[in-house]
Amino acid sequence: MQADPTEMRLRELMLASLDGDAAAYRKLLADLGKHLRPYFTRRLTPAFASHAEDLVQETLLAIHTRRMTYDRNRPFTAWLHAIAHHKFVDHVRRQSIRLTVPLEDDAPILAHDDNTDAVARRDLDAVLDNVPTRTSDLIRRTKIDGASVAEAAAAHGMTETAAKVSIHRGLKALAARFAGGPK
Amino acid sequence: MTDDLIDRLAAHLKPVRHMAMQRQLIGALLLSGVLAIVAMLMLLGMRPDMQTAAVTMIYWTKFSYTLALALLGLAATLVLARPGGRTRWPWLAAVALVALLVVLAVIQLARADDMMPMIMGSSIIRSLTYIPILSLPVLLASMLALRRMAPTRPALAGFAAGIMAGSTGAWIYAFACTETGMMFLALWYTLAILIVGAVGAVFGRFFLRW
Repeated sequence: MQADPTEMRLRELMLASLDGDAAAYRKLLADLGKHLRPYFTRRLTPAFASHAEDLVQETLLAIHTRRMTYDRNRPFTAWLHAIAHHKFVDHVRRQSIRLTVPLEDDAPILAHDDNTDAVARRDLDAVLDNVPTRTSDLIRRTKIDGASVAEAAAAHGMTETAAKVSIHRGLKALAARFAGGPK
Repeated sequence: MTDDLIDRLAAHLKPVRHMAMQRQLIGALLLSGVLAIVAMLMLLGMRPDMQTAAVTMIYWTKFSYTLALALLGLAATLVLARPGGRTRWPWLAAVALVALLVVLAVIQLARADDMMPMIMGSSIIRSLTYIPILSLPVLLASMLALRRMAPTRPALAGFAAGIMAGSTGAWIYAFACTETGMMFLALWYTLAILIVGAVGAVFGRFFLRW
């Protein structure tokens, strides 16, 4: 069960933090920030991508104030995930309340055929499944959601150059595969 | 921004004791329980026939039924206070306990000459009023404690705390209650506990969000 190195490292930092080790705690929170940022960015729709940082901070704060609910004998990542998930669900719930639009402002229902979008999106998902998850997310952000390479790179905690290379390789691989080239 | 936050949080780090969560919840339960006992002594007073009652089967049934439900409520609350916490056995055990009491009550009724006093007693309204009142200290204390924890299913956590509070209130009320029917206990005590549980669930829904 403890084979996962991330789990082992984070759990050790958490145990030290619970005993009052501020240096370990700082390291833990910085590390968690890096994990949480892409976690939220991936789950948020592009319109709310800017809220990822708020969610990261809210989650870190919840981890801090509610750290006594961590059971020292249980996996740390499970506890972390439960809190992050809770914060995300809470965010979605709040947004869905705030996003109610007055009827007269609503666009006509038949103005745009959403179905084609859905089909295209499904095809896109299937195609992007052929490259590593991180690469596909980078491509999605830069080519579809309209984020800059710098933003996409930051979300994954990588350098801009590395992100560019990754995107380029991913697109090349996809082109090779779907443009009739060799499998 | 986030780095500032991390600096601030790390600067205010205090060590967390082992079992800190359990200590807080159980501490809140014990402290508020004492308060409820004082309230019972002031509002109702011990039953006058405590000496003779203390050797009867029904007295100890009341005593252990409510105490067992309170402990099961505590067990469920402790699990549900953690993020992602889910548990089944306390609920199943509680249902089994109620079923067992109903069986005992039916046996008692079958032996009785007159069933109605065993079922309706003479203090239904009194029980349904005082058990929730005596539950209030524990309910409030456990809600305040839970607010500092991380229940991801707040209504259910509130319900568990409500069952714990209601059963504690019923346990304390039993020291003042002179009813002798097991069916009275199975129906009206259980109903009073469920009412407090429902109040806890509503409380939790709104008060335990984070």
